[in-house]
Amino acid sequence: MSAAPLLDIRDLGVEFATPQGTVRAVTGVSLSVATGECLAIVGESGSGKTQLFMACLGLLSDNGRAVGSARYLGTELIGASETELNRVRGVGMSLVTQDPLNSLTPHLRIERLLTEGVLDRGLMSAAEAGQRALEALRTVGITEPEARLRHYPHELSGGMRQRVAIAVALMTAPKLLVADEPTTALDVTVQARVLDVLRSLRATGLAIVLITHDLGVVAGIADRVAVMYAGELVETAPAAGLFAAPAHPYTAGLLASVPRLSDPATLRLAAIEGQPPRPGEIVTGCPFAPRCASASEVCREVAPRLRSIASGREVACHAPFSQEGRV
Amino acid sequence: MTDAGVQIGGGGLWADSWQRLRRNRAAVTALGVLVALIVAAIVGPWLSPYALDHVDWSLGALATPPATAHGHWFGTDSNGRDLFVRVWAGTRVSLLVALLATAVSLVIGVAWGATAGYLGGRADNWMMRFVDVLYALPYMFFVIILTVVFGRSLWLIFLAIGAVGWLTMARIVRGQALALRHREFVEAAIALGLPSRRIIARHIVPNVLGTVIVYATLTVPQVILFESFLSFLGLGVQEPLTSLGRLVAEGALEMESAPWLLLVPSAVLAVVLVCLNFLGDGLRDALDPRQR
Amino acid sequence: MTAPLLQVERLVVRYPLGKPRLFGPRREIEALAGVSLDIAEGGTLGVVGESGSGKSTLARAVLGFVKPLSGEIRWRGELLDTTDKARMRPMRRVMQVVFQDPFGSLDPRMTAGASVFEALEALEGPASREAANERVAAVFREVGLDPSFARRYPHELSGGQCQRVAIARATVARPQLLICDEAVSALDVSVQAQIVNLLRDTCRRHGMALLFISHNLAVVRHLCADIAVLCQGRLVERAGREQLFSAPRDPYTQALLAAVPEPRPIARA
Repeated sequence: MSAAPLLDIRDLGVEFATPQGTVRAVTGVSLSVATGECLAIVGESGSGKTQLFMACLGLLSDNGRAVGSARYLGTELIGASETELNRVRGVGMSLVTQDPLNSLTPHLRIERLLTEGVLDRGLMSAAEAGQRALEALRTVGITEPEARLRHYPHELSGGMRQRVAIAVALMTAPKLLVADEPTTALDVTVQARVLDVLRSLRATGLAIVLITHDLGVVAGIADRVAVMYAGELVETAPAAGLFAAPAHPYTAGLLASVPRLSDPATLRLAAIEGQPPRPGEIVTGCPFAPRCASASEVCREVAPRLRSIASGREVACHAPFSQEGRV
Repeated sequence: MTDAGVQIGGGGLWADSWQRLRRNRAAVTALGVLVALIVAAIVGPWLSPYALDHVDWSLGALATPPATAHGHWFGTDSNGRDLFVRVWAGTRVSLLVALLATAVSLVIGVAWGATAGYLGGRADNWMMRFVDVLYALPYMFFVIILTVVFGRSLWLIFLAIGAVGWLTMARIVRGQALALRHREFVEAAIALGLPSRRIIARHIVPNVLGTVIVYATLTVPQVILFESFLSFLGLGVQEPLTSLGRLVAEGALEMESAPWLLLVPSAVLAVVLVCLNFLGDGLRDALDPRQR
Repeated sequence: MTAPLLQVERLVVRYPLGKPRLFGPRREIEALAGVSLDIAEGGTLGVVGESGSGKSTLARAVLGFVKPLSGEIRWRGELLDTTDKARMRPMRRVMQVVFQDPFGSLDPRMTAGASVFEALEALEGPASREAANERVAAVFREVGLDPSFARRYPHELSGGQCQRVAIARATVARPQLLICDEAVSALDVSVQAQIVNLLRDTCRRHGMALLFISHNLAVVRHLCADIAVLCQGRLVERAGREQLFSAPRDPYTQALLAAVPEPRPIARA
């Protein structure tokens, strides 16, 4: 796709000022999201995956600071004023977070939650907003939308709340939806339905950034995957390629350690030893080296840079797994 | 399996909180001033050549303003007694009453509240309704009756104050204990088969201490004020003992002719109260687990 | 035939909803609507279900945190009144639990070693200092932690390390049954595998039976030979591992299995 990317992140870093000193949550991340693409950001706690996008949306907490650049259709987001950010938030990029109980204001009815974004901006009349709200609810697969409009968030089930949260994000017709762990708090059957909603949205041309730690969720929906570890981007690849032949030892380890229904059950899980570095821990060399089975001296001393190893594939590793001869 | 993790705090949670408190300049300054005042209260009277109730006839008038010439650094009161000595002696009494009364209310309140909150159900109901009933009783009425019956002794004062202070402490602790009861580490302790009193003592109380300390620090000013109020009414400590409240009361009577008699004890009282409040705020921030 | 280790028969648990009313009965929710299952000595039983299935309530009833309305709980054939604190005391030694929240299940004001020591003392009675310290150090090593970790506080440990301490605490007195209530659900993915392996190894090594409650079917499949599926407080299917995953009989089980996202690429049109 030669068109300009929707979101272009260059060398973005995020740090937090704490009483113990400056803590780096994200270091030098560069990636882009194209129109209509679904990019999955995979990582565990401390990987910085959430903070990366909080920085793009200007939602870092007071002691956080972002450096580098993130452009949405040419508009620079890092360091932008609230006014400039508000031109992108909602209408360009929308956010759905993990827990709809927290993201939906409890004392407002669903109708109000859906329409306040568009009405406050004066984008349409109340009647049009009401119509749009009904459509949005139908798009996310909620039956009897007219009745639902009168409900409060706590009167809905978890899955329905999350779908309402997605509907709220869609009201302002964004081109990019950032979904931060949207299904983590949901039951697996409900999760499947929410993922269906996201898939259908993708089919209509909406670009999605899916932040998650669940590789299974990624497999069903993502076009490309970016793997983060200890605040750095360690691998990017098309989804199929990543699952078939992961290049970075961390990705490979992660894929190997997840129990699957298709594996022989008595197989001992291939766990990655150790744990990820705590945020703020000073690391020399590759952050994954202490846990990596194929780590060598150079890995412990020199931090690897992200480099391209094949078309559309990048990895930050001194000794990535080769791509040839693998299914 | 070795761990690449870094130890965050040097010691336990108390050390952690102490670090945070130290960074709060207002609280540290307040603590310093308080310590200085306590030292002054203990040592002060010895510095002056005058005794507490020594009437100095050598001065021209009975109530003389502060001056270094005659050695009365804070001046004398209408009876010719040195104010410097009296102020520090009064501070001693006020602080003593406050600390002891707070200690009494702390011990009773924490035990009552932690037990009620942990046990829950009917026990909690009865225990807290008892507190509610006591709350409703006219407190001043009882203090006055007790004072009349038992006389105005120092012990009575702080017992009376402590006996009321524990009610609010119990309520606060009960709320905390109620929340703690459902935490998984308490359930784990139950699953070990530990008896209730062990669980309360070992798991509930240490985890409410943070709130308790903060509340206690903020109670002390209230107690001092209450004692001052009692003194103002003439129900406080008896001669020859004096307290900041009594001094303020006496000073108020002489306000126009001898303003220093009101100003000096009021200033000391105000400084003590402000410092305790700053310290209490600082402690609250330092001990708040969410800030971790 | 020897009696199974733990037996639950037609267990019914109801939770009251809302405030007690002046007149009339309180509204109640039926968390368990007559569930029966059992675990053999050294066996592994996984209890799966979604929210509202009653799986956690089952654990709480067995441990004595909730009083069942009706039904029986038996240990080695003997009837057990789990809410009788005095009667349950000797039972604590043979039945222990690991909870979901690794940080929440440890007292934040106690060191890791102190938490494990407390368990040892409570379950086995007082012992000499040296002997106790030895036992604590030994169990720390067993769960893969260096004994120096005993001096750390929970907030100084990672989630995985806290959970290891919780497992150490639960297994120090060598219980016969280990109940895990969503014990890996709150952990990072790469750490989950470590803890799953640890649970498996520990139970095998000491011949402990394992009651593993989880919503994660794949993890349950790796740990448990027998699986029970709960839905809305009812047992809908109980089968051995092979049987359940290859040929589930109940439509709910089938729906559950179909919904699990598999981490492998799906061919797309």
